[in-house]
Amino acid sequence: MTEPQETAAAAAVELHGVSKTFPGRRDAVVALQDIDLTVGPGEFVSLIGPSGCGKSTLLRIIADLLSPTSGEVHVNGKPARRARLDQDYGIAFQQAGLLDWRTVLANIELPLELHGVDRGQRKARALELVELVGLADFAKHRPPQLSGGMQQRVAIARALAESPTLLLMDEPFGALDEMTREHMQNELVRIAGDTQAAVVFVTHSIPEAVFLSDRVVVMSPRPGRIAEIVPVSLGPRTDDTREAPLFYAAITQVREALRGRPVPETVEVGVSIEQADRERAQGAL
Amino acid sequence: MNPSLRRVGGTLLPPLLFGVLFLAGWQGFVRAADVRSYVLPAPSDIWSAAVDAHTRIIAAAQTSGLNALVGLVAGVVGGVLLAAIATRLPVLGGAITPLVAALAAMPIVALAPLLNNMYSPLSSLPRREVVAISAFVPVFINVLRGLSRITPVHRELMASYAASGTAVLRTIRVPSALPYFFTGLRVASSLAVIAAVVSEYFGGLQNGLGSRITSSVGATDYPAAWASVLGAVLLGLLFYVGALLLERLVLGRRAAPVT
Repeated sequence: MTEPQETAAAAAVELHGVSKTFPGRRDAVVALQDIDLTVGPGEFVSLIGPSGCGKSTLLRIIADLLSPTSGEVHVNGKPARRARLDQDYGIAFQQAGLLDWRTVLANIELPLELHGVDRGQRKARALELVELVGLADFAKHRPPQLSGGMQQRVAIARALAESPTLLLMDEPFGALDEMTREHMQNELVRIAGDTQAAVVFVTHSIPEAVFLSDRVVVMSPRPGRIAEIVPVSLGPRTDDTREAPLFYAAITQVREALRGRPVPETVEVGVSIEQADRERAQGAL
Repeated sequence: MNPSLRRVGGTLLPPLLFGVLFLAGWQGFVRAADVRSYVLPAPSDIWSAAVDAHTRIIAAAQTSGLNALVGLVAGVVGGVLLAAIATRLPVLGGAITPLVAALAAMPIVALAPLLNNMYSPLSSLPRREVVAISAFVPVFINVLRGLSRITPVHRELMASYAASGTAVLRTIRVPSALPYFFTGLRVASSLAVIAAVVSEYFGGLQNGLGSRITSSVGATDYPAAWASVLGAVLLGLLFYVGALLLERLVLGRRAAPVT
């Protein structure tokens, strides 16, 4: 079999029969079993599940920070390792992981600097990105002077530095308070829309997964596998989305899937978008 | 008074006041109780002895200071290099680290008489070696700790950038080890002066502060001995402040050093 060529149509992520076993002292731990998943270009997909379901492991396999025990991983139509070497993805973790001795700008420039982009271009790109994440006034600050939410925004800007077509995020808002969190979610929706990047987003917050995603991948633990994939069609996200009945319906659907119950067929996606739009229009009046 | 001046005043004033009170108490006690000068001379006697012999004390301080400086530089360079090697080659690191821990537990100036025997009695080398070994230990231990402290987030981030080991060293390990290095340097600079002075107690060249202290005591000129101790205290302060200034200069506005 030949490797599929990288084309505009290549999936952002393609997983086939991915399994991961961690060798243990007494017995091996099966972290992931037989995962098949495709994330389209520009698609926003969340991985959700209880602790130990392997969602973070799966993200790291996509990032080629871990290698699968078996199965195939393609990013942008290339093997995961090639995609990592080519910097096809940007990544953000729960901890911002900024370098405290560098300014905000210099932190955002880090990946560009490591890959030999010249000073002028680096600076221009970093200035663009602080603007994008709304931190232009803090460009010269150092991370310890920033709040947790601001630090996470710098980390996201850094992940976007090389204009990746795929953004991998491991509970990036997990350590933030609820208000900041919702604000960051709004920002992320906007940024993902602006950059046209596909996003794989690990979380264990159901509302967060539903608000952000085109599809929510519900995982079950021991061994980690995909229990169900819940498509979410809420149209363009706004603050009103969080109060729309459809939003709650989708949350219920994901929650039921997490509990492993059969999903009641309540959400009729095609009709509901119009309904949601009507409600939003009424809310605006 | 502007705020920065007030802050300096706030940090300097209490110790200064305490020092003056302490000296006044010392002076008063010695005079009132008529303490003999071989037990404890009055600060005023020490001061006049220091003023009398100041050219010789300064010359002696220069000799001891040079020994301390040369030994300190050698120890710091050795400590940093070995720590870097131990970080890159963990097997070697595992072999060296326990030995350095043993070295740290040993009173290093105890080596002075033995090292003296190895060289000509006119050589400054044995003293500088004692200083170098004393300074090496805290620098090695701190730099090693600083270099090996890389958080899992940074490790994964650098892996996602496909960054080489050298790039990780340059962008993460060295900058995050710098505060540790300076902590080690501050400890080492004080130790260097102590080691330089004390290593002169065991014979050899008679040109440093330590030699002046022993010879003054031998000649029962206690205020002169104390005057040389004063010289050693000032020399030690000079080294410590030098290390502190270097730290401020390099780290600038970075977070306060980790101790």
